[in-house]
Amino acid sequence: MTGPSALRALSLHVAVILALVALHYVLPDYHRGVLSRVLVLAVFAMGYNLLFGYCGLLSLGHAMFFAAGLYGAGLTVYHLDWNVPAAFAAGIGAGAVLALVIGLLALRTTGVAFMIVTLMFAQVFYLTTLYFTAWTRGEEGLVLSQQARQMPLGSGGLDVTDLSTRYFLALALFAFVLLATLFIARAPFGRVLVAIRENEERVRMLGYDVFANKLAAVVLSGTLCAAAGAAYALLFGYVGSSFAAIQYSILPLLWVLLGGAATTLGPLIGTLFMFYVIDISSGYTSAYMLFVGVALILLILFFPKGIVGTIRQRWLPWLP
Amino acid sequence: MAAVKPLLAVRGIHKSFGGLNAVDGVDFDLSRGEIRAIIGPNGAGKTTLVSLVCGREMPDSGQVIFEGQDITRLPAHERVRRGIAYTFQITSVFGNLSVFDNVALAVQRTLIDRADGIVKRHSAADLRGGVHDALDRVGMSDRLQTPAGDLAYGHQRLLELAMGLALKPRLLILDEPTQGLSDGEIESFLALVRDVAKEATVLLIEHNMPVVMELADRITVMDRGRVLAEGVPDEIRANVDVQHAYLGASVDV
Amino acid sequence: MDFGPYLLLATLEGLVTAAVLALTALGLSLVFGVMRIVNVAHGEFFMLGAVLAWFFSTLVTGHPAFGFLLALVLSPLLVGAVALVSERLVLRRLEYNPEATIVATIGLLYIIQQLALTFYGPEARPVAAPFDFRITLPWFGYSGYKLAVVAASAVLIAATWFLLTKTKIGLVMRATQHDRETAQNFGIPVDRVYAGVFALGAAMAAVAAVLVVPIQQAHYLMGLDPLLLSFIVVIIGGLGSLRGTVVAAVLIGLSDGIISVFFSPTLAKMIATLLVAMVLVFRPQGLFGTVERR
Repeated sequence: MTGPSALRALSLHVAVILALVALHYVLPDYHRGVLSRVLVLAVFAMGYNLLFGYCGLLSLGHAMFFAAGLYGAGLTVYHLDWNVPAAFAAGIGAGAVLALVIGLLALRTTGVAFMIVTLMFAQVFYLTTLYFTAWTRGEEGLVLSQQARQMPLGSGGLDVTDLSTRYFLALALFAFVLLATLFIARAPFGRVLVAIRENEERVRMLGYDVFANKLAAVVLSGTLCAAAGAAYALLFGYVGSSFAAIQYSILPLLWVLLGGAATTLGPLIGTLFMFYVIDISSGYTSAYMLFVGVALILLILFFPKGIVGTIRQRWLPWLP
Repeated sequence: MAAVKPLLAVRGIHKSFGGLNAVDGVDFDLSRGEIRAIIGPNGAGKTTLVSLVCGREMPDSGQVIFEGQDITRLPAHERVRRGIAYTFQITSVFGNLSVFDNVALAVQRTLIDRADGIVKRHSAADLRGGVHDALDRVGMSDRLQTPAGDLAYGHQRLLELAMGLALKPRLLILDEPTQGLSDGEIESFLALVRDVAKEATVLLIEHNMPVVMELADRITVMDRGRVLAEGVPDEIRANVDVQHAYLGASVDV
Repeated sequence: MDFGPYLLLATLEGLVTAAVLALTALGLSLVFGVMRIVNVAHGEFFMLGAVLAWFFSTLVTGHPAFGFLLALVLSPLLVGAVALVSERLVLRRLEYNPEATIVATIGLLYIIQQLALTFYGPEARPVAAPFDFRITLPWFGYSGYKLAVVAASAVLIAATWFLLTKTKIGLVMRATQHDRETAQNFGIPVDRVYAGVFALGAAMAAVAAVLVVPIQQAHYLMGLDPLLLSFIVVIIGGLGSLRGTVVAAVLIGLSDGIISVFFSPTLAKMIATLLVAMVLVFRPQGLFGTVERR
């Protein structure tokens, strides 16, 4: 990290986190709830951004990693009575293992084939959640009880269902992943990923094991997305097949494109913006996914760099 | 007199694509510290031979031995870490990244290897030092933040060279390095290579005969996948077979 | 019913599935073969064909055959037009970049699907078959229309084969597929070929949908399954290979039909999708395609 620009970047990110803390005290209940959700989904987007934005690998199957975390946490709570931290770890572990397996297989392909392969693996995962309805209750899903989602802490405890607790837990996860992404983007590993995106053969001839680096990116990305999924299950108490469906593979792509691929703050902006667009439009019509479609086309045609990406290009080149 | 072990030894190398024998049984020795040029008409197998050495291609049969170790089955990236660096025939820099970032990737590689692991991080100062060193040598210290794609062609070539040098290789392979360079740029290039040869062995593929005659200690001539002749420049210049290989006309020197 | 006749029934059902699937997948394969892009909205062109078929059938009273014939002619034309417009406005601007095209066609998917939801509604609506004719076999009666679908599909596939191999238009398409730059140098208007191929691919999906809509019903979400199945067929059969596509469609259609009758449809889909993913990973050229020379 070089001096002044690193400090500037770090200050900006800390400022964003502090602003989010402040918002908790300012916002009305409804928006606090929405923001909690957005923060968790932004973690999902940041995980996706790592693979898509930085490494240049467009996966169309990331719903499976989110769902792995979701089901990993949800099933252990529902069927095995695990406590919140253990379930969270289970969700992350499930995501990491899945990402390793998928990475070993899918990274044998590139480009369009990679997109289709990831799409298909995700579809198999989705169908699996539907097939084993005895355990997952398929589309209907599982509701995690309020008692199950208490987190004993010292003499007292954290009620995960409480609005404020939920907000700060989501924010804690978000802050951790945001700073981690900032760190990775500026570390040697981050440089290598970007270089792989730009010119893979050249990276190989500079002495880097390209496959190993890509695999690491897939596993890291999958694990972060699973963390988001596990948090989502534990904070909001619902686990269902719809989170493993294709829609949840398309949404992170949209959020990252909109916010700005290969930027640290882009995923948050994209998720926030799109969440509110869908939230508002679903009040008027059931065809709100229309806006997703239009947004995707407009973005890819006219603003491939997204909001933060364009800001970085035009005005603030030091933005990570 | 004890025989000095060659830096690079290639034995009985064969490589064919489809039905075409690109490299058809080549034996090849490279001594430490020499500047060797590989020349030959188009399709002679020069780039394929060099790809087999740096690991971009795997041979159908034969051996590649570097510094006494058999590296025949070693993947390309491992060979780079053992000390073989390759610059591409068609300039292959990271167009969207700055000149600094381009070289930094190469420098980073050596620093990671020295630091013995991915967790122990090298300092930013080390990185900057390494980048400046490499760029100073090729004379490009003034353009650190320029996107590599914005550079003139000749400068992109120099950048490639800087990246190769930053790897601190023991064998530097240059694939048609002077192609597209102006006369002045070629002059600087010659001086640079002679400087590099003090610490690394240089293997270059070239079509530019004056450059080859000026620079090379020894020349290997290839034709149709085989070594046609090998020797010092004067020997090659006088060699009738070599003259015939270049379309029957005498080699233009 | 005994096992034998049950199997025969499953086979016949599988044949119908295969017939429709072959036609749909052929459209997708054509687009990929010539333009080298993947059209994720292909299933929505299929759905649009079915929805328009319902619309045209409601316009005409009297014998259902009239409405059906109207749909058979107009639906593919309209869908082809929609495809053409998308190609001109969006795909061409993206210069057919593979990754950007996928993102754009995903957008197109949602637009078409949600517009269908808005104007057609969330219900599934039936369309009457043009004729009501049952073939009586010793063990069960079978719909004559379904058999007609198989026949119609075979005819259309043969016509496509004829178009591709024996006509000038087909030659132009194959030349563009083989080497775009050389084709351009020979004066072939590659842009227009692309537009035409994209429209043709969409129209083929629409025809398949019109044929199948009297058997299934028209529903705004019906595009997803044909999309995934077409992907599977095209990948297994080898991208750009007509023969491979047809063989794979028959294989997949039959096995999907038979497995679905005897086991769970979900399981059938799971196995098919997983198999195809593995094929892509380990044998990317499919069963009939050749390894690409670029």
